[in-house]
Amino acid sequence: MRAEDLKHSVRSALAAVLFLFALSGPASAAEAEPLANDPALEERVMDLSHKLRCLVCQNQTIAESNAPLAVDLRNQVREQFAAGKSEEAVVDYLVARYGDFVLYLPPFKGITLLLWLGPALLLVAGTGWLAWRLRSRAKEAQSAPHLTQDERARASALLGGTPNSSEEPRS
Amino acid sequence: MKAKFLVPLALFLVLAGFLGYGLTLNPREVPSPLVDKPAPEFRLATLAAPETEVGLADMRGQVWLLNVWASWCVSCRQEHPVLMRFARDNVVPLVGLNYKDTRPEALGWLREHGDPYTLSVVDADGRVGIDFGVYGVPETFLIDRAGVVRYKHIGPVTPEAVRDVLLPKIAELSRAS
Amino acid sequence: MIPELGHFSLILALVLSLVQAVVPMIGANRNRLALMAVGRPAAQGQFLFIAFAFGCLTWAFITSDFSLQLAAVNSHTDTPLIYKITGVWGNHEGSLLLWALSLSLWTVAVTVFSRNLPEPFMARVLGVLGWISAGFLSFTLVTSNPFDRLIPAVAEGRDLNPLLQDPGMIIHPPLLYMGYVGFSVAFAFAIAALLSGRMDAAWARWSRPWTTVAWVFLTAGITVGSGWAYYELGWGGWWFWDPVENASFMPWLLGTALVHSLAVTEKRGAFRSWTILLAISAFSLSLLGTFLVRSGVITSVHAFATDPRRGLFILALLVLVIGISLALFAWRAPKLAGGGSFGLVSRDSTLLGNNVLLAVATGSVLLGTLYPMFLDALGLGKISVGPPYFEAVFVPLMAPVVVLMVIGPFVRWKGDDVKRVARLLAPAIIASLVLGVGIAFAVGHVSVRTVLGLTLAAWVLLGSAKLLATRFAERRGAAVGTTLRGIPAAWWGMWLAHLGIGVFIIGVTMVNSLNERLDVKMHAGDSAHLAGYTFKFVGVVDAPGANYDAARATIEVTRGDVAVATLNPEKRVYVAQQMPMTEASLDIGPFRDIYVNLGDQLEDGAWVVGLFYKPFISWVWLGCLLMAIGGVFAASDRRYRRLAQREAAAVAARQTT
Repeated sequence: MRAEDLKHSVRSALAAVLFLFALSGPASAAEAEPLANDPALEERVMDLSHKLRCLVCQNQTIAESNAPLAVDLRNQVREQFAAGKSEEAVVDYLVARYGDFVLYLPPFKGITLLLWLGPALLLVAGTGWLAWRLRSRAKEAQSAPHLTQDERARASALLGGTPNSSEEPRS
Repeated sequence: MKAKFLVPLALFLVLAGFLGYGLTLNPREVPSPLVDKPAPEFRLATLAAPETEVGLADMRGQVWLLNVWASWCVSCRQEHPVLMRFARDNVVPLVGLNYKDTRPEALGWLREHGDPYTLSVVDADGRVGIDFGVYGVPETFLIDRAGVVRYKHIGPVTPEAVRDVLLPKIAELSRAS
Repeated sequence: MIPELGHFSLILALVLSLVQAVVPMIGANRNRLALMAVGRPAAQGQFLFIAFAFGCLTWAFITSDFSLQLAAVNSHTDTPLIYKITGVWGNHEGSLLLWALSLSLWTVAVTVFSRNLPEPFMARVLGVLGWISAGFLSFTLVTSNPFDRLIPAVAEGRDLNPLLQDPGMIIHPPLLYMGYVGFSVAFAFAIAALLSGRMDAAWARWSRPWTTVAWVFLTAGITVGSGWAYYELGWGGWWFWDPVENASFMPWLLGTALVHSLAVTEKRGAFRSWTILLAISAFSLSLLGTFLVRSGVITSVHAFATDPRRGLFILALLVLVIGISLALFAWRAPKLAGGGSFGLVSRDSTLLGNNVLLAVATGSVLLGTLYPMFLDALGLGKISVGPPYFEAVFVPLMAPVVVLMVIGPFVRWKGDDVKRVARLLAPAIIASLVLGVGIAFAVGHVSVRTVLGLTLAAWVLLGSAKLLATRFAERRGAAVGTTLRGIPAAWWGMWLAHLGIGVFIIGVTMVNSLNERLDVKMHAGDSAHLAGYTFKFVGVVDAPGANYDAARATIEVTRGDVAVATLNPEKRVYVAQQMPMTEASLDIGPFRDIYVNLGDQLEDGAWVVGLFYKPFISWVWLGCLLMAIGGVFAASDRRYRRLAQREAAAVAARQTT
């Protein structure tokens, strides 16, 4: 074979190989991009979004809802965080427009006093009652007539059964 | 009968009273915190002429209604005849806030069903809607001469709402200087 | 034709329920055996008619009879058969019929398994159950008739809500209703006790197995519901403190208190007013739940389409049933005072503490659930009370309950020495604290919540181990087999159920502290990394189903070089309702779940994919399963059967003399 023919063959072979490579697509897969441009910011956005109520469906947080308003509000939150606003400022912004309804964590103010203090009051009342009850029961137990050993043996003999052994822990 | 044993019954009856009254309420309705507060500032392009802009300041001195609508909104079609009649009676200006819509579709919708609005402004991305606390379309705001929101109607405007709420309030606000 | 037969059958059932409600009660009051004996056949006949009605309704769904309004709205010709059947209860009217069927089933069970109860008592129990049944049947027939026709019929139905077309829907409502309704038996027993003035330990013994079984059903029903939300809804959560979820949780909390209170009443004759009040309250909360779901008073993802007329009817039912029972309680309860005295440190006192704490917890959940409605009714504005509130309030309230739960079984009845108990448990207390803090550091997540959760879990596990060891130590020298046989089933039930709580706490604490999430955009061939796992996005194909179109993704999950799983999340569109739905794909493991969902396709052809790593989530379900199994053990204790046999013999003996 002459030199030109050899060069031609090699070039054709090379072209064929390159063509085949092009057809097979990227040889190594890419790393998937995160959906959010800034994952740290996104985490802050999602954290707050989990405490905000979607006003459209009303049974989800704006973090989970796909309603257009929920998406818009998430974008608002993101923009404001990115602009450096604090979580409190963003919450105030939303409450000014939508009222306390938008907060899944009810604010601590006059009308929610009973809500926030209620459980604690119930607990105090409950344990207070419990303590009083236990003390009165214990007093009852003490003031109940105590039998001496002889009296106890006589009683059980009269009743015709074997004396009861001390209480065993049984369910 | 010891009094303390009546406590559960008493508590229950109070609860039942609340539940009964609760049947008359609508838990899904979110009242507006903007009532009796200044309306949010806005400046938006009009629907008819994109070069022209209209803002809150332009409406100062008048009592007016802001109606949030969109061509994709099914309930808006429901309230449309009521708005048309309202506009015909020419009580106060009715400004439309075209919410998250596209110009051609909005214009087409008005052409097909009629245009009750003195003018409509375009809130394409919904930001002004958020400022107004819009969460469902349609919604209608009554704003007084000083630019303070005086009433928000949630959902389609009904003839009863016009007759029993809007018109009396408008009359009251128009009398005050 | 068949729907009309079903309708007529339901009317007959209502008539029988009224007979069952009235006649045996009169018989009990006047001591007329013939009247009292009407109760059982009335109940059994009622069951046959309700079951037939239910069968007719199911038939209409299976045959896609769209001239029936309910089928037209909740079914479709292409819906798979199993979901045609579950569509029967996937709506307000059908689920009411399921409620009535459950009640009837429980009533028949009472007639079959309680032959040894004194006739007047039995007559009153059946009477109460008859009244409840009459209430529900009349509610169904008057406001929510499942047999309404749609004239003219439509050619095709609107299909069952795609969210409900899931195996969870097949078992969750039936289990839940069996639980809710099951508490009506304890309720009926309590009312019968109040009416007859007979509130001794025997009553508690009769009531216990019924209450425990109802509790097991409710536990299972709530667990399946949570599991279903986790597997089906695609956001990886499993409990949202939604008003209707709370409405099922509150009877569970009080039901738990009731099960424990009954133990004291049976053993010591004490806590009788508590137990009766708990029995009334647990069922009342079941009824309240029914009201909340169907009246429109609160917003909930579970709420059925509402109608104020229905709300009013159920409210009237509620006021009658609960009002009369609480009035009866106020009248008769003073006579219940008394019962054994007990010392400050005793099993009795720990169980009383348990009652109080669970009641406080229930009250708090009720407060949070209804507070928005209270404020709105008083014109004070609208607020929302959601998961952040409940978590802040509930966890601190339950911590003491868990602490007490471990201590209780170690303490003797009537009176014990605090030093003795402290000596038994001191090592466990110290070890729990050490483990709690240590493991939190080891997993790298040190927060109050994590440390508290891990400490409590360790406390339960160590306490359970110590309890078992102590039990074995009592019969030192005996063979293991003899010891095991010597421990009653009820004890194992308690042990397993308590252990289940510990396992549950581990699951919740770990998954809340250590879960990871990543949302990515993936093209075919892309990989993402999360928590040491590699997710390779192979591609998306069309995968239509019976009544939906879907895009199905294939994602290969590997850990290092080892293949872990191939996941296939789907994005479905159900044809009839044109409703999009995400179908998540999971690899379930004992120590972690890997959870993937498919979002929308972006303009550049990439797909949004949500990746979740959820450690120890299976322990949440395992813990609940252990609790339910524990309940089964407790209810199946031989002594109930032995006592039943003894009582039957006594009754027979009395009849011959």
